[in-house]
Amino acid sequence: MKIPIEAENPKITVRGLSVFYGQKKALGPVSMDMPEKRVTALIGPSGCGKSTFLRSLNRMNELIPGCRMEGTVQLDTQPIYGPGIDPVIVRRRIGMVFQRSNPFPKSIFENVAYGLRISGMTSGSEMSGRVERALRQAALWEEVKDRLTESALGMSGGQQQRLCIARALAVEPEVLLMDEPASALDPIATAHIEELINELSDNYTVVIVTHNMQQAARVSDFTAFFYMGDLIEVDKTQVLFTKPSQSKTEDYITGRFG
Amino acid sequence: MKSLERSIEKSVEKSVFARQLRSRLGDAALVVSTGAATLLVLVILAVLVLDVLHHGSARLTWTFLSSPPTEGMTAGGVFPAIFGTVAMVILMTIAVVPAGVATAVYLHEYADRQARLTRLIRIAVNNLAGVPSIVFGLFGLGFFIQFVGAGMDRAFFSGAKVFGQPALIWASLTMAVLTLPVVIVATEEALRTVPRELREASLALGATKFQTVLNVVLPQATPGILTGTILAISRGAGEVAPILFTGAAYYLPQLPWHPSSQFMHLGYHVYVLATQSPDVDASKPLLYSTVLVLLAVTFVLNLSAFVVRSRMRHRFAGATS
Repeated sequence: MKIPIEAENPKITVRGLSVFYGQKKALGPVSMDMPEKRVTALIGPSGCGKSTFLRSLNRMNELIPGCRMEGTVQLDTQPIYGPGIDPVIVRRRIGMVFQRSNPFPKSIFENVAYGLRISGMTSGSEMSGRVERALRQAALWEEVKDRLTESALGMSGGQQQRLCIARALAVEPEVLLMDEPASALDPIATAHIEELINELSDNYTVVIVTHNMQQAARVSDFTAFFYMGDLIEVDKTQVLFTKPSQSKTEDYITGRFG
Repeated sequence: MKSLERSIEKSVEKSVFARQLRSRLGDAALVVSTGAATLLVLVILAVLVLDVLHHGSARLTWTFLSSPPTEGMTAGGVFPAIFGTVAMVILMTIAVVPAGVATAVYLHEYADRQARLTRLIRIAVNNLAGVPSIVFGLFGLGFFIQFVGAGMDRAFFSGAKVFGQPALIWASLTMAVLTLPVVIVATEEALRTVPRELREASLALGATKFQTVLNVVLPQATPGILTGTILAISRGAGEVAPILFTGAAYYLPQLPWHPSSQFMHLGYHVYVLATQSPDVDASKPLLYSTVLVLLAVTFVLNLSAFVVRSRMRHRFAGATS
Protein backbone atom coordinates (compact mmCIF):
# COMPACT_ATOMS: atom_id res chain seq x y z
CA MET A 1 0.00 0.00 0.00
CA LYS A 2 3.03 2.28 0.27
CA ILE A 3 3.37 4.58 -2.68
CA PRO A 4 6.66 6.39 -2.49
CA ILE A 5 6.49 9.45 -4.62
CA GLU A 6 9.59 10.19 -6.56
CA ALA A 7 9.70 13.94 -6.42
CA GLU A 8 11.64 15.74 -9.12
CA ASN A 9 13.69 17.70 -6.66
CA PRO A 10 13.80 15.78 -3.40
CA LYS A 11 15.21 17.69 -0.44
CA ILE A 12 14.52 14.93 2.02
CA THR A 13 14.39 11.32 0.97
CA VAL A 14 12.98 8.74 3.37
CA ARG A 15 13.30 5.04 2.67
CA GLY A 16 11.92 2.23 4.82
CA LEU A 17 11.77 4.32 7.99
CA SER A 18 10.34 2.55 11.04
CA VAL A 19 10.26 3.98 14.55
CA PHE A 20 9.86 1.92 17.72
CA TYR A 21 9.20 3.02 21.29
CA GLY A 22 10.57 0.15 23.30
CA GLN A 23 9.02 -2.97 21.83
CA LYS A 24 6.10 -1.12 20.28
CA LYS A 25 6.24 -0.09 16.68
CA ALA A 26 4.93 3.45 16.24
CA LEU A 27 5.58 4.01 12.57
CA GLY A 28 6.41 2.46 9.29
CA PRO A 29 8.06 1.35 7.28
CA VAL A 30 7.56 4.62 5.41
CA SER A 31 9.12 5.73 2.16
CA MET A 32 8.51 9.15 0.65
CA ASP A 33 10.22 12.24 -0.72
CA MET A 34 9.80 15.82 0.34
CA PRO A 35 10.50 18.12 -2.61
CA GLU A 36 12.67 21.19 -2.30
CA LYS A 37 11.03 24.58 -1.72
CA ARG A 38 7.62 23.05 -1.48
CA VAL A 39 5.23 22.61 1.43
CA THR A 40 4.49 19.01 2.33
CA ALA A 41 1.61 18.46 4.74
CA LEU A 42 1.28 15.36 6.93
CA ILE A 43 -2.30 14.60 7.90
CA GLY A 44 -4.07 11.82 9.78
CA PRO A 45 -5.95 11.12 13.00
CA SER A 46 -4.29 11.44 16.42
CA GLY A 47 -1.72 8.75 17.09
CA CYS A 48 -1.24 7.92 13.42
CA GLY A 49 2.51 8.52 13.61
CA LYS A 50 2.73 11.80 11.72
CA SER A 51 4.44 13.68 14.56
CA THR A 52 6.78 10.75 15.14
CA PHE A 53 7.63 10.85 11.45
CA LEU A 54 8.26 14.60 11.58
CA ARG A 55 10.49 14.32 14.64
CA SER A 56 12.60 11.65 13.02
CA LEU A 57 13.48 14.06 10.20
CA ASN A 58 15.73 16.16 12.46
CA ARG A 59 16.69 13.48 14.95
CA MET A 60 14.51 14.82 17.78
CA ASN A 61 13.12 11.35 18.42
CA GLU A 62 16.37 10.05 19.78
CA LEU A 63 15.95 12.37 22.79
CA ILE A 64 13.14 10.07 23.93
CA PRO A 65 14.53 7.18 25.97
CA GLY A 66 13.81 3.79 24.42
CA CYS A 67 13.24 5.17 20.93
CA ARG A 68 14.81 3.17 18.12
CA MET A 69 14.63 3.45 14.34
CA GLU A 70 15.36 1.61 11.14
CA GLY A 71 15.65 2.78 7.55
CA THR A 72 17.29 5.82 6.06
CA VAL A 73 16.62 9.55 5.91
CA GLN A 74 18.64 11.65 3.49
CA LEU A 75 19.02 15.39 3.41
CA ASP A 76 20.03 16.11 -0.19
CA THR A 77 22.31 13.11 -0.62
CA GLN A 78 23.56 12.88 2.93
CA PRO A 79 22.17 10.21 5.26
CA ILE A 80 21.31 12.08 8.49
CA TYR A 81 21.52 8.89 10.57
CA GLY A 82 24.81 7.93 8.99
CA PRO A 83 27.84 7.06 11.12
CA GLY A 84 29.72 10.09 12.31
CA ILE A 85 26.85 12.49 11.60
CA ASP A 86 26.36 14.88 14.51
CA PRO A 87 22.67 15.44 15.31
CA VAL A 88 23.55 19.01 16.28
CA ILE A 89 24.62 19.75 12.68
CA VAL A 90 21.49 18.05 11.34
CA ARG A 91 19.28 20.23 13.55
CA ARG A 92 21.03 23.39 12.41
CA ARG A 93 20.13 22.53 8.84
CA ILE A 94 16.62 21.30 9.65
CA GLY A 95 14.79 23.68 11.98
CA MET A 96 11.65 22.93 13.92
CA VAL A 97 8.59 24.76 15.23
CA PHE A 98 6.55 23.04 17.91
CA GLN A 99 2.84 22.69 18.59
CA ARG A 100 2.92 24.77 21.74
CA SER A 101 4.88 27.97 21.36
CA ASN A 102 7.92 27.68 23.58
CA PRO A 103 9.81 30.97 23.74
CA PHE A 104 12.67 31.14 26.21
CA PRO A 105 12.11 33.34 29.27
CA LYS A 106 14.40 35.91 27.69
CA SER A 107 13.87 39.10 25.72
CA ILE A 108 12.38 39.04 22.22
CA PHE A 109 15.77 39.86 20.73
CA GLU A 110 17.58 37.19 22.74
CA ASN A 111 15.06 34.55 21.69
CA VAL A 112 15.79 35.13 18.03
CA ALA A 113 19.51 35.56 18.62
CA TYR A 114 19.79 32.33 20.64
CA GLY A 115 20.60 30.06 17.71
CA LEU A 116 23.18 32.54 16.44
CA ARG A 117 24.85 32.84 19.83
CA ILE A 118 25.19 29.12 20.34
CA SER A 119 26.80 28.78 16.92
CA GLY A 120 29.44 31.27 18.04
CA MET A 121 28.21 34.63 16.72
CA THR A 122 28.79 37.52 19.09
CA SER A 123 26.67 40.63 19.41
CA GLY A 124 27.12 43.15 16.67
CA SER A 125 25.58 44.60 13.58
CA GLU A 126 25.58 41.24 11.82
CA MET A 127 23.58 39.69 14.62
CA SER A 128 21.05 42.52 14.80
CA GLY A 129 20.71 42.33 11.03
CA ARG A 130 20.01 38.60 11.16
CA VAL A 131 17.52 39.06 13.99
CA GLU A 132 15.69 41.79 12.11
CA ARG A 133 15.56 39.74 8.93
CA ALA A 134 14.22 36.70 10.77
CA LEU A 135 11.55 38.80 12.48
CA ARG A 136 10.59 40.33 9.13
CA GLN A 137 10.37 36.88 7.53
CA ALA A 138 8.07 35.84 10.36
CA ALA A 139 5.96 38.98 9.77
CA LEU A 140 6.61 40.12 13.31
CA TRP A 141 9.07 42.96 12.89
CA GLU A 142 6.56 45.80 12.70
CA GLU A 143 4.80 44.62 15.86
CA VAL A 144 7.89 44.18 18.03
CA LYS A 145 10.60 46.48 16.68
CA ASP A 146 10.07 48.95 19.54
CA ARG A 147 10.12 46.38 22.31
CA LEU A 148 12.90 43.98 21.40
CA THR A 149 14.27 44.08 24.93
CA GLU A 150 10.98 43.15 26.57
CA SER A 151 10.28 39.63 27.75
CA ALA A 152 8.96 37.32 25.05
CA LEU A 153 6.51 35.91 27.57
CA GLY A 154 4.50 39.13 27.46
CA MET A 155 3.49 38.54 23.84
CA SER A 156 0.19 37.08 22.66
CA GLY A 157 -0.02 33.40 21.76
CA GLY A 158 0.06 34.07 18.03
CA GLN A 159 3.00 36.44 18.37
CA GLN A 160 4.86 33.89 20.48
CA GLN A 161 4.41 31.26 17.80
CA ARG A 162 5.66 33.63 15.09
CA LEU A 163 8.58 34.43 17.37
CA CYS A 164 9.37 30.72 17.51
CA ILE A 165 9.27 30.65 13.71
CA ALA A 166 11.59 33.68 13.57
CA ARG A 167 13.90 31.97 16.06
CA ALA A 168 14.06 28.89 13.84
CA LEU A 169 14.62 31.00 10.69
CA ALA A 170 17.43 33.08 12.22
CA VAL A 171 19.89 30.20 11.95
CA GLU A 172 18.99 29.94 8.25
CA PRO A 173 18.06 26.28 8.05
CA GLU A 174 17.31 24.62 4.72
CA VAL A 175 14.24 22.82 5.95
CA LEU A 176 11.57 23.92 8.41
CA LEU A 177 9.55 21.28 10.25
CA MET A 178 6.29 22.45 11.84
CA ASP A 179 4.37 20.30 14.30
CA GLU A 180 0.77 21.59 14.28
CA PRO A 181 2.03 25.16 14.55
CA ALA A 182 -1.43 26.72 14.63
CA SER A 183 -3.43 24.23 16.64
CA ALA A 184 -3.36 26.34 19.80
CA LEU A 185 -4.13 29.64 18.07
CA ASP A 186 -7.28 31.58 17.26
CA PRO A 187 -8.46 31.88 13.62
CA ILE A 188 -6.83 35.25 12.97
CA ALA A 189 -3.45 34.16 14.33
CA THR A 190 -3.85 30.93 12.35
CA ALA A 191 -4.43 32.91 9.14
CA HIS A 192 -1.22 34.85 9.87
CA ILE A 193 0.76 31.64 10.23
CA GLU A 194 -0.71 30.12 7.07
CA GLU A 195 0.12 33.22 5.06
CA LEU A 196 3.60 33.00 6.46
CA ILE A 197 4.01 29.36 5.42
CA ASN A 198 3.05 30.29 1.88
CA GLU A 199 5.75 32.95 1.78
CA LEU A 200 8.36 30.73 3.40
CA SER A 201 8.02 28.11 0.69
CA ASP A 202 9.76 30.47 -1.73
CA ASN A 203 12.99 29.88 0.13
CA TYR A 204 12.51 26.90 2.38
CA THR A 205 11.43 23.31 2.23
CA VAL A 206 8.55 23.08 4.69
CA VAL A 207 7.07 19.97 6.25
CA ILE A 208 3.98 20.62 8.35
CA VAL A 209 1.92 18.31 10.52
CA THR A 210 -1.68 19.38 10.83
CA HIS A 211 -4.94 18.09 12.21
CA ASN A 212 -6.84 20.47 10.05
CA MET A 213 -7.53 19.23 6.53
CA GLN A 214 -8.61 22.62 5.26
CA GLN A 215 -5.30 23.96 6.45
CA ALA A 216 -3.41 21.23 4.63
CA ALA A 217 -5.40 22.02 1.49
CA ARG A 218 -4.70 25.73 1.84
CA VAL A 219 -0.99 25.74 2.53
CA SER A 220 0.57 22.63 1.02
CA ASP A 221 1.76 21.50 -2.37
CA PHE A 222 1.95 17.84 -1.38
CA THR A 223 0.00 15.93 1.24
CA ALA A 224 0.75 12.62 2.91
CA PHE A 225 -1.98 10.72 4.74
CA PHE A 226 -0.89 8.60 7.71
CA TYR A 227 -3.07 6.06 9.45
CA MET A 228 -2.21 3.69 12.33
CA GLY A 229 1.51 4.22 11.87
CA ASP A 230 1.46 3.65 8.11
CA LEU A 231 1.79 6.02 5.22
CA ILE A 232 -1.39 5.33 3.27
CA GLU A 233 -1.03 7.74 0.42
CA VAL A 234 1.01 10.71 -0.69
CA ASP A 235 0.31 12.91 -3.68
CA LYS A 236 -0.07 16.44 -4.91
CA THR A 237 -2.43 18.11 -2.47
CA GLN A 238 -5.00 18.87 -5.14
CA VAL A 239 -5.03 15.27 -6.32
CA LEU A 240 -5.12 13.75 -2.85
CA PHE A 241 -8.09 15.84 -1.80
CA THR A 242 -10.08 15.46 -5.03
CA LYS A 243 -9.16 12.04 -6.40
CA PRO A 244 -7.59 9.96 -3.62
CA SER A 245 -6.51 6.55 -4.84
CA GLN A 246 -7.02 4.81 -1.48
CA SER A 247 -10.42 4.27 0.05
CA LYS A 248 -9.04 4.97 3.56
CA THR A 249 -7.87 8.38 2.40
CA GLU A 250 -11.25 9.09 0.94
CA ASP A 251 -12.98 7.98 4.13
CA TYR A 252 -10.76 10.28 6.17
CA ILE A 253 -10.99 13.39 4.04
CA THR A 254 -14.74 13.05 3.70
CA GLY A 255 -14.99 12.81 7.47
CA ARG A 256 -16.15 9.22 7.74
CA PHE A 257 -13.66 8.54 10.54
CA GLY A 258 -10.94 10.25 12.53
CA MET B 1 -45.57 -5.01 52.84
CA LYS B 2 -45.73 -1.28 52.31
CA SER B 3 -45.01 -0.58 55.95
CA LEU B 4 -42.08 -2.99 55.92
CA GLU B 5 -40.63 -1.24 52.91
CA ARG B 6 -41.09 2.09 54.56
CA SER B 7 -39.42 0.99 57.75
CA ILE B 8 -36.50 -0.40 55.76
CA GLU B 9 -36.23 2.88 53.91
CA LYS B 10 -36.29 4.71 57.16
CA SER B 11 -33.61 2.62 58.74
CA VAL B 12 -31.48 3.02 55.63
CA GLU B 13 -32.00 6.77 55.81
CA LYS B 14 -31.09 6.71 59.44
CA SER B 15 -27.89 4.78 58.87
CA VAL B 16 -26.93 7.13 56.02
CA PHE B 17 -27.60 10.04 58.31
CA ALA B 18 -25.56 8.44 61.06
CA ARG B 19 -22.70 7.84 58.70
CA GLN B 20 -22.79 11.43 57.49
CA LEU B 21 -22.85 12.68 61.05
CA ARG B 22 -19.94 10.47 61.95
CA SER B 23 -17.87 11.64 59.01
CA ARG B 24 -18.70 15.23 59.84
CA LEU B 25 -17.63 14.70 63.43
CA GLY B 26 -14.48 13.08 62.08
CA ASP B 27 -13.84 16.15 59.95
CA ALA B 28 -14.29 18.45 62.90
CA ALA B 29 -12.01 16.33 65.07
CA LEU B 30 -9.35 16.42 62.38
CA VAL B 31 -9.56 20.20 62.05
CA VAL B 32 -9.31 20.62 65.82
CA SER B 33 -6.41 18.20 66.28
CA THR B 34 -4.34 19.48 63.34
CA GLY B 35 -5.07 23.05 64.38
CA ALA B 36 -4.00 22.30 67.94
CA ALA B 37 -0.76 20.77 66.71
CA THR B 38 -0.04 23.86 64.64
CA LEU B 39 -0.85 26.08 67.57
CA LEU B 40 1.52 24.10 69.78
CA VAL B 41 4.35 24.62 67.31
CA LEU B 42 3.60 28.34 67.14
CA VAL B 43 3.50 28.64 70.92
CA ILE B 44 6.82 26.86 71.32
CA LEU B 45 8.40 29.11 68.70
CA ALA B 46 6.90 32.23 70.27
CA VAL B 47 8.06 31.30 73.78
CA LEU B 48 11.55 30.55 72.48
CA VAL B 49 11.89 33.80 70.54
CA LEU B 50 10.29 35.95 73.24
CA ASP B 51 12.42 34.40 75.97
CA VAL B 52 15.61 35.01 73.98
CA LEU B 53 14.51 38.54 73.11
CA HIS B 54 13.55 39.32 76.69
CA HIS B 55 16.77 38.10 78.30
CA GLY B 56 19.07 38.82 75.42
CA SER B 57 18.21 42.33 74.35
CA ALA B 58 19.39 43.97 77.58
CA ARG B 59 23.05 43.25 76.92
CA LEU B 60 22.80 43.73 73.19
CA THR B 61 24.83 46.89 72.75
CA TRP B 62 27.13 48.08 70.02
CA THR B 63 30.11 47.20 72.24
CA PHE B 64 28.77 43.67 72.54
CA LEU B 65 28.55 43.34 68.76
CA SER B 66 31.90 44.94 68.01
CA SER B 67 34.34 43.69 70.64
CA PRO B 68 35.87 40.34 71.57
CA PRO B 69 35.01 38.52 74.82
CA THR B 70 37.01 39.67 77.80
CA GLU B 71 37.64 38.71 81.41
CA GLY B 72 37.19 34.99 81.00
CA MET B 73 34.01 35.27 78.93
CA THR B 74 32.17 37.20 81.61
CA ALA B 75 32.33 40.53 79.79
CA GLY B 76 32.97 41.96 76.34
CA GLY B 77 31.27 40.90 73.16
CA VAL B 78 31.06 38.36 70.38
CA PHE B 79 32.45 40.13 67.31
CA PRO B 80 35.05 37.46 66.44
CA ALA B 81 32.31 34.82 66.65
CA ILE B 82 30.01 36.78 64.33
CA PHE B 83 32.83 37.29 61.88
CA GLY B 84 33.89 33.64 62.08
CA THR B 85 30.35 32.35 61.58
CA VAL B 86 29.74 34.56 58.56
CA ALA B 87 33.14 33.75 57.04
CA MET B 88 32.57 30.03 57.54
CA VAL B 89 29.09 30.14 55.98
CA ILE B 90 30.31 32.14 52.96
CA LEU B 91 33.22 29.77 52.33
CA MET B 92 30.88 26.81 52.78
CA THR B 93 28.43 28.27 50.25
CA ILE B 94 31.20 28.88 47.73
CA ALA B 95 32.20 25.24 48.08
CA VAL B 96 28.84 23.50 48.32
CA VAL B 97 26.82 25.24 45.59
CA PRO B 98 29.07 24.45 42.60
CA ALA B 99 29.69 20.89 43.82
CA GLY B 100 26.02 20.24 44.57
CA VAL B 101 24.73 21.79 41.36
CA ALA B 102 27.28 19.90 39.27
CA THR B 103 26.31 16.61 40.93
CA ALA B 104 22.61 17.25 40.39
CA VAL B 105 23.17 18.20 36.74
CA TYR B 106 25.11 14.98 36.23
CA LEU B 107 22.48 12.86 37.94
CA HIS B 108 19.51 14.47 36.21
CA GLU B 109 20.82 15.44 32.78
CA TYR B 110 23.59 13.02 31.91
CA ALA B 111 23.45 9.83 33.97
CA ASP B 112 21.39 6.93 32.69
CA ARG B 113 18.51 6.97 35.14
CA GLN B 114 18.01 3.22 35.17
CA ALA B 115 21.68 2.37 35.59
CA ARG B 116 22.74 0.67 38.80
CA LEU B 117 25.50 3.19 39.43
CA THR B 118 23.08 6.14 39.23
CA ARG B 119 20.73 4.52 41.69
CA LEU B 120 23.65 3.78 43.99
CA ILE B 121 24.77 7.40 43.88
CA ARG B 122 21.24 8.53 44.68
CA ILE B 123 21.01 6.18 47.65
CA ALA B 124 24.41 7.41 48.82
CA VAL B 125 23.27 11.04 48.61
CA ASN B 126 20.13 10.30 50.59
CA ASN B 127 22.11 8.43 53.21
CA LEU B 128 24.58 11.28 53.46
CA ALA B 129 21.66 13.44 54.56
CA GLY B 130 20.95 11.02 57.41
CA VAL B 131 24.45 10.79 58.86
CA PRO B 132 24.71 12.38 62.34
CA SER B 133 26.57 15.67 62.18
CA ILE B 134 29.23 14.66 64.71
CA VAL B 135 30.28 11.94 62.27
CA PHE B 136 30.92 14.64 59.70
CA GLY B 137 33.12 16.36 62.25
CA LEU B 138 35.18 13.21 62.67
CA PHE B 139 35.30 12.76 58.91
CA GLY B 140 36.58 16.32 58.51
CA LEU B 141 39.26 15.69 61.12
CA GLY B 142 40.37 12.46 59.51
CA PHE B 143 40.09 13.43 55.86
CA PHE B 144 40.64 17.17 55.57
CA ILE B 145 43.05 17.78 58.43
CA GLN B 146 45.01 14.59 58.84
CA PHE B 147 45.02 13.55 55.20
CA VAL B 148 44.64 16.60 52.92
CA GLY B 149 46.05 19.23 55.29
CA ALA B 150 48.97 17.15 56.51
CA GLY B 151 49.69 16.18 52.92
CA MET B 152 49.76 19.83 51.88
CA ASP B 153 52.13 20.61 54.72
CA ARG B 154 54.50 17.85 53.65
CA ALA B 155 54.34 18.95 50.02
CA PHE B 156 54.49 22.75 50.31
CA PHE B 157 55.64 23.71 53.81
CA SER B 158 58.34 21.10 54.38
CA GLY B 159 56.45 19.56 57.28
CA ALA B 160 55.61 22.74 59.21
CA LYS B 161 52.10 22.66 60.62
CA VAL B 162 50.10 25.10 58.49
CA PHE B 163 47.14 23.26 57.07
CA GLY B 164 47.49 20.07 59.07
CA GLN B 165 45.48 21.46 61.98
CA PRO B 166 41.95 22.71 62.64
CA ALA B 167 41.27 25.69 60.38
CA LEU B 168 38.53 27.86 58.94
CA ILE B 169 38.90 26.26 55.52
CA TRP B 170 38.52 22.71 56.86
CA ALA B 171 35.52 23.62 58.99
CA SER B 172 33.88 25.26 55.96
CA LEU B 173 34.56 22.26 53.75
CA THR B 174 33.30 19.85 56.39
CA MET B 175 30.12 21.89 56.65
CA ALA B 176 29.90 21.90 52.86
CA VAL B 177 29.94 18.09 52.84
CA LEU B 178 27.19 18.09 55.47
CA THR B 179 24.95 20.40 53.43
CA LEU B 180 25.76 18.83 50.06
CA PRO B 181 22.68 16.56 49.96
CA VAL B 182 20.40 19.54 50.57
CA VAL B 183 21.76 21.36 47.53
CA ILE B 184 21.77 18.24 45.35
CA VAL B 185 18.17 17.32 46.15
CA ALA B 186 16.85 20.89 45.72
CA THR B 187 18.72 21.34 42.43
CA GLU B 188 17.48 18.03 41.05
CA GLU B 189 13.96 19.04 41.98
CA ALA B 190 14.45 22.36 40.17
CA LEU B 191 15.87 20.65 37.08
CA ARG B 192 12.85 18.37 37.00
CA THR B 193 10.50 21.35 36.70
CA VAL B 194 12.21 22.80 33.62
CA PRO B 195 9.70 22.15 30.82
CA ARG B 196 10.69 19.64 28.16
CA GLU B 197 9.49 22.14 25.54
CA LEU B 198 12.27 24.57 26.43
CA ARG B 199 14.96 21.91 26.21
CA GLU B 200 13.60 20.75 22.87
CA ALA B 201 13.43 24.32 21.56
CA SER B 202 17.09 24.77 22.33
CA LEU B 203 18.17 21.42 20.93
CA ALA B 204 16.10 21.93 17.76
CA LEU B 205 18.05 25.14 17.13
CA GLY B 206 21.23 23.12 16.95
CA ALA B 207 22.39 23.62 20.51
CA THR B 208 24.48 20.89 22.07
CA LYS B 209 23.32 19.31 25.30
CA PHE B 210 25.90 21.29 27.23
CA GLN B 211 24.78 24.59 25.66
CA THR B 212 21.18 23.72 26.46
CA VAL B 213 21.98 22.97 30.09
CA LEU B 214 24.06 26.12 30.46
CA ASN B 215 21.81 28.61 28.63
CA VAL B 216 18.31 27.30 29.17
CA VAL B 217 18.08 24.69 31.90
CA LEU B 218 20.27 26.24 34.61
CA PRO B 219 18.86 29.80 34.33
CA GLN B 220 15.37 28.34 34.55
CA ALA B 221 16.37 26.27 37.58
CA THR B 222 18.18 29.10 39.38
CA PRO B 223 15.38 30.03 41.82
CA GLY B 224 15.17 26.37 42.89
CA ILE B 225 18.95 26.16 43.24
CA LEU B 226 18.84 29.26 45.43
CA THR B 227 16.16 27.64 47.58
CA GLY B 228 18.61 24.78 48.12
CA THR B 229 21.30 27.31 48.97
CA ILE B 230 19.05 28.95 51.53
CA LEU B 231 18.37 25.60 53.16
CA ALA B 232 22.09 24.80 53.18
CA ILE B 233 22.91 28.15 54.78
CA SER B 234 20.24 27.69 57.46
CA ARG B 235 21.64 24.31 58.29
CA GLY B 236 25.30 25.34 58.07
CA ALA B 237 24.98 28.47 60.19
CA GLY B 238 23.49 26.60 63.12
CA GLU B 239 25.40 23.31 63.22
CA VAL B 240 28.21 23.05 65.73
CA ALA B 241 29.21 19.40 65.86
CA PRO B 242 31.01 19.32 62.47
CA ILE B 243 33.31 22.20 63.41
CA LEU B 244 34.18 21.04 66.93
CA PHE B 245 37.33 19.24 65.76
CA THR B 246 37.86 20.99 62.48
CA GLY B 247 38.34 24.67 63.23
CA ALA B 248 36.26 26.27 65.99
CA ALA B 249 38.31 27.98 68.67
CA TYR B 250 37.41 28.24 72.34
CA TYR B 251 38.77 31.77 72.57
CA LEU B 252 40.52 33.68 69.82
CA PRO B 253 40.20 37.46 69.79
CA GLN B 254 42.03 37.82 66.44
CA LEU B 255 39.93 37.55 63.32
CA PRO B 256 40.65 34.60 60.99
CA TRP B 257 42.17 36.46 58.04
CA HIS B 258 43.85 33.34 56.70
CA PRO B 259 41.98 30.17 55.70
CA SER B 260 44.39 28.14 57.84
CA SER B 261 43.60 30.02 61.06
CA GLN B 262 41.07 28.87 63.59
CA PHE B 263 37.98 30.94 64.24
CA MET B 264 35.31 31.62 66.82
CA HIS B 265 31.79 30.54 65.99
CA LEU B 266 28.52 31.74 67.51
CA GLY B 267 27.03 28.29 67.98
CA TYR B 268 30.18 26.96 69.59
CA HIS B 269 30.44 30.12 71.67
CA VAL B 270 26.95 29.46 73.03
CA TYR B 271 28.10 25.99 74.06
CA VAL B 272 31.25 27.40 75.63
CA LEU B 273 29.35 30.07 77.57
CA ALA B 274 26.81 27.56 78.81
CA THR B 275 29.17 24.81 79.93
CA GLN B 276 32.84 25.77 79.71
CA SER B 277 32.88 29.24 81.20
CA PRO B 278 34.90 29.69 84.39
CA ASP B 279 31.96 31.54 85.89
CA VAL B 280 28.70 30.22 84.41
CA ASP B 281 26.45 32.59 86.35
CA ALA B 282 28.39 35.66 85.26
CA SER B 283 28.30 34.64 81.60
CA LYS B 284 24.58 33.80 81.59
CA PRO B 285 23.33 37.21 80.39
CA LEU B 286 25.96 37.10 77.66
CA LEU B 287 24.72 33.65 76.73
CA TYR B 288 21.24 34.96 75.98
CA SER B 289 22.56 37.81 73.89
CA THR B 290 24.83 35.46 71.96
CA VAL B 291 21.87 33.20 71.16
CA LEU B 292 19.97 36.25 69.97
CA VAL B 293 22.87 37.25 67.73
CA LEU B 294 23.13 33.71 66.36
CA LEU B 295 19.43 33.78 65.47
CA ALA B 296 19.81 37.20 63.89
CA VAL B 297 22.88 36.20 61.85
CA THR B 298 21.14 33.08 60.55
CA PHE B 299 18.14 35.20 59.69
CA VAL B 300 20.21 37.81 57.84
CA LEU B 301 22.12 35.16 55.88
CA ASN B 302 18.81 33.60 54.87
CA LEU B 303 17.33 36.95 54.02
CA SER B 304 20.17 37.83 51.67
CA ALA B 305 19.68 34.55 49.79
CA PHE B 306 15.94 35.28 49.68
CA VAL B 307 16.61 38.70 48.17
CA VAL B 308 18.88 37.21 45.52
CA ARG B 309 16.21 34.65 44.66
CA SER B 310 13.41 37.17 44.31
CA ARG B 311 15.68 39.33 42.12
CA MET B 312 16.22 36.30 39.90
CA ARG B 313 12.49 35.63 39.75
CA HIS B 314 11.93 39.25 38.84
CA ARG B 315 14.35 38.93 35.98
CA PHE B 316 12.16 36.23 34.45
CA ALA B 317 9.07 38.40 34.96
CA GLY B 318 6.09 36.66 33.47
CA ALA B 319 7.80 33.29 33.62
CA THR B 320 5.18 32.06 36.03
CA SER B 321 2.19 32.96 33.85
